[in-house]
Amino acid sequence: METPDNAFQAALALIVSLDPTLWGIIELSLRVSLMAVAVSCLAALPLGAAVALWQFPGRGLIITLLNALMGLPPVVAGLMVYLMLSRAGPLGELGLLFTPTAMVIAQSVLVTPIIAALTRQVIEELWTHYREQLQSFGVRRLRAIPTLLYDARFSLVTVVLAGFGRASAEVGAVLTVGGNIEGVTRVMTTSIALETHKGNLPLALGLGVILLLLVAVVNGAAYWIGETARRRLG
Amino acid sequence: MRGEGNAILPLRLEAVGFDAGGQDLLRDVSLELAGVGVSAVMGPNGAGKSLLLRIAHGLLTPTRGTVRWLGPLGGDAALSRARQAMVFQRPVLLRRTARANVQYALAVRGVGRRERRRRAEEALGRFGLEALGERSARVLSGGEQQRLALARAWALRPEVLFMDEPTSALDPAAVKAVENAVREFVAEGTRVVFSTHDLGQARRLADDVVFLAGGRVRERAPMQRFFEQPVTREAADFVRGELVVV
Repeated sequence: METPDNAFQAALALIVSLDPTLWGIIELSLRVSLMAVAVSCLAALPLGAAVALWQFPGRGLIITLLNALMGLPPVVAGLMVYLMLSRAGPLGELGLLFTPTAMVIAQSVLVTPIIAALTRQVIEELWTHYREQLQSFGVRRLRAIPTLLYDARFSLVTVVLAGFGRASAEVGAVLTVGGNIEGVTRVMTTSIALETHKGNLPLALGLGVILLLLVAVVNGAAYWIGETARRRLG
Repeated sequence: MRGEGNAILPLRLEAVGFDAGGQDLLRDVSLELAGVGVSAVMGPNGAGKSLLLRIAHGLLTPTRGTVRWLGPLGGDAALSRARQAMVFQRPVLLRRTARANVQYALAVRGVGRRERRRRAEEALGRFGLEALGERSARVLSGGEQQRLALARAWALRPEVLFMDEPTSALDPAAVKAVENAVREFVAEGTRVVFSTHDLGQARRLADDVVFLAGGRVRERAPMQRFFEQPVTREAADFVRGELVVV
């Protein structure tokens, strides 16, 4: 049985060794997850705000669907994207399967409902405060969307972080569509899974510690920026 | 609006009623607001004052009756909206600087960038807020926030300004500043309609009084006459400072 000491030593050794393979894995992990979050934000922030502002038939259904999709199993999201991108699939021509792009797509599928559902909640609450004043100015709903997204920016940082957490932590989707190919699609979580299978537990735990640190740094930075701005702007 | 005469006034409400959840909150309100001056909408809590202002301003659609702007431009909904402004009991300020709050309202009305900057400066200066322009609106005091809400409304150069209990949450010094701000509007010829249950404030500011109780207009009279010779029992009770039970 390995002790945590070994894992921390392994992690430390990995970091200190400046192993280029490891850095490649870390870089790819960050690149894929941040890209997936960025792509998701483009779609999910306006979508969440629109669902918050407009009343339409089937709105309850869409909200339920978004909330349910927050719990979409990563491996199922991966499978869906796999079917789309596989050679026989509708987007097979693009040859994207087992590339980082495929991983970005799969993680976007996971993250978009999370950001959309939470954005809907945040914006709906803000809208109840702002509605009358904005209507009084003559602001139409479409024009209100950027205003509300901007004014909710501090809460939305947390929402986006929730999405990033999901993207950086999942293994099922990137494994399914990426294939864990060394030097091409191997990321932190797939490496951890692989090393665990190989019985290389200290290395697996060491990688886990590094992943945790990475997520903590990104969250810490976002929190710090958010709090500083919040204190200044009230 | 300032020096251009009335474009949307007078405002006429005909047999306006409002139901919510099976309750009759406003009944049979017929009212005409014309010309210049300041009207106080008065009455006990729950009389329907806020509701009446929101219906007049177009934030709510009445369940019965009609609201019409009778002036030459009054038929155009967007134009009539652009010539009104409203200030709420709790000022709704955007999470940005005081100056940016004023500029936002102007941008929404399609005012060009340079003109926005000029008018925002003018408005902040007029309401004694020039030193606070770069401060975040959310960190201002309650009185400053309400003055900023008024400066923002003023920058829009409205023909009609609605105010819903604008000073009910403020200390006396801030109330005085807000009342002076209201006089700035009056000096520019803006028609002001505000609700209050503060008798002193109505005396200080109003030219005439619309008195509501139980969702109905009980009395409409010039300010002096309303306070000295109220006609209805409810108004007489209200003026004497007694509880008005309908």
